[in-house]
Amino acid sequence: MRGARSAAAIGLAAITWAVRLVAVILVIATFNFILVRAAPGDPAQVMAGQSGAADPKILEDLRKEYGLDQPYLVQLGTHLKRVLSFDLGYSYRQRRPVLDLIMERLPATLLLTLTAFCLALLVGTTLGALAGLAAGSVVDTLFTVLSLLLYATPVFWLGLMLVLVFSVTLGWLPAFGYETINAKLTPIERVFDIGKHMIMPVVSLAAIYLAIYARLMRSSIIEVAHQDFIKTARAKGLAGPRIVVGHMLRNALVPVVTVAGMQAGALVGGAVVIETVFAWPGLGRLTFDAVLQRDYPVLLGIFLILSIIVIVLNLATDLVYRLIDPRMTTGAA
Amino acid sequence: MDAVRAFLRHPSGMAGLVLLLAVVALALLAPVLFPVSPWEMVGAPFTPPGEDGMWLGGDTLGRDVAAGVAHGARVSLVIGIASAFAAMVIGVVIGAISGYFGGAVDLVLMRVTELFQTVPAFILAILLVATFSPTLTTIILTLGAVSWPPLARLTRAEFLRLRKREFVEAALCQGEGTARIVLGHILPNAISPILVVTSLTVATAILLESALSFMGLGDPNQMSWGFMIGAGRTVIRNAWWMSVFPGVAILLTVLAINLFGEGLSDVLNPRVSRRRA
Repeated sequence: MRGARSAAAIGLAAITWAVRLVAVILVIATFNFILVRAAPGDPAQVMAGQSGAADPKILEDLRKEYGLDQPYLVQLGTHLKRVLSFDLGYSYRQRRPVLDLIMERLPATLLLTLTAFCLALLVGTTLGALAGLAAGSVVDTLFTVLSLLLYATPVFWLGLMLVLVFSVTLGWLPAFGYETINAKLTPIERVFDIGKHMIMPVVSLAAIYLAIYARLMRSSIIEVAHQDFIKTARAKGLAGPRIVVGHMLRNALVPVVTVAGMQAGALVGGAVVIETVFAWPGLGRLTFDAVLQRDYPVLLGIFLILSIIVIVLNLATDLVYRLIDPRMTTGAA
Repeated sequence: MDAVRAFLRHPSGMAGLVLLLAVVALALLAPVLFPVSPWEMVGAPFTPPGEDGMWLGGDTLGRDVAAGVAHGARVSLVIGIASAFAAMVIGVVIGAISGYFGGAVDLVLMRVTELFQTVPAFILAILLVATFSPTLTTIILTLGAVSWPPLARLTRAEFLRLRKREFVEAALCQGEGTARIVLGHILPNAISPILVVTSLTVATAILLESALSFMGLGDPNQMSWGFMIGAGRTVIRNAWWMSVFPGVAILLTVLAINLFGEGLSDVLNPRVSRRRA
């Protein structure tokens, strides 16, 4: 009975999320559509790139392809239909479909973003919990000062400073790129090589979120520690470590997970800047080049795809939230 | 007056205020301290710090890094404050309508707010600035347009809380109009948390602006810290000073605003702050 009910609940949640995802895709696609028409200049010229190099033939083709002589609503309909069938347009700068360009770079961005996200969550909550349990100590103060400094540091500058210290001065880590070019490595060596290239981009991207999660976890632990059920657990004679792991951590994690989900968008934005610093071959690099060349279809496509990724990350944190929040599980029992 | 006195006794808040005043002084005095335009070549390219009368060194074209840092302070502060103000106006209007009227209006506005909170703000900012070409005004409006959701949510929550209070009911009974109730009774009571969050928004706006100009989307006529770091990035192996000093300037400014804002929060909303500590 309970199994069936929770299965139905999960099914309902899945449908809600699918509807939300499609709704967001449609809204962003509409927004992109409006933006192209609001941009100074003729939409065909905007899409072809404001280079002047765009020849009249391309402009004519574009007008025909997008039906720019049709009423706006018809144009919007065509546009939305295209987006829903994964047609994100064509980059006249790179002479390739936008979706191909994005899909080529997406894995590198996901690798960087997800690694940084996990690192920030794991290390941030651990450090925060330790600081919270030792509230008022020297270590605690040190953490607070450090997180204040990290809050104020631009991610891209932090990345550059790491390059300055660990590549330029110490020579320990490669300054940029995804892997050593033309190095004849065995598959295992290659994994280590990529890992080595990842250290600085991941650390600089994760640093600020690590600080945020640590601070949140710290205050969360302090708050939980004063609640009645912890006093009850102590009164029952449970040992210190069991109280911390079994009762405090799980409850204290709830706000952290909520915030982590809310910050997925900022994390993805940070990845774009960090990739520029480290010449990481992902979407950030693509964004940077598209900005330089005013390659508009690529920028619009990146905005759409990254928004989708953020929604999926939101979904993931929402699932975790359902798993750890005691109110969610006890409520169903 | 009590709040001022309490703030004076708040050590980290005061430290932030002093640091912030120093940055403001640097911004105001930039034309006096460095009368020559920061775009002007005043020495040999790649002059190390301390030589040739350039404390912080010269950049790849022999421009004074110190002059860039001082003039950049103007740009950062103006953009930070103006865009936080824009975000506050948008956020308060949307949050107030949502919280006061509730119902379907609230539902729609909150979905819009959520959407703005979900999409990656920085990418949206890149897209907007690239569309309308980077000028001081477009950058300010863009940063305002991506920074308002937390302010809208906060305002909405405050309005929901205050709407049911006796003094609002009393005003309603006396037949006061909606505008008077909202502006004269509810808003003044909600203003202190709004000001705190706005002050912290200045800090995030400065960080966002620096990232935009680092990516080449700053106003090309204004010397900014992010632009300097972006320009110095490629020569970091030979000339660390070009990217280090502007970054330190950003860090100190943002740190100052955050400390000041949190101090303000402790003084104005002791209830909320104590729970957070």
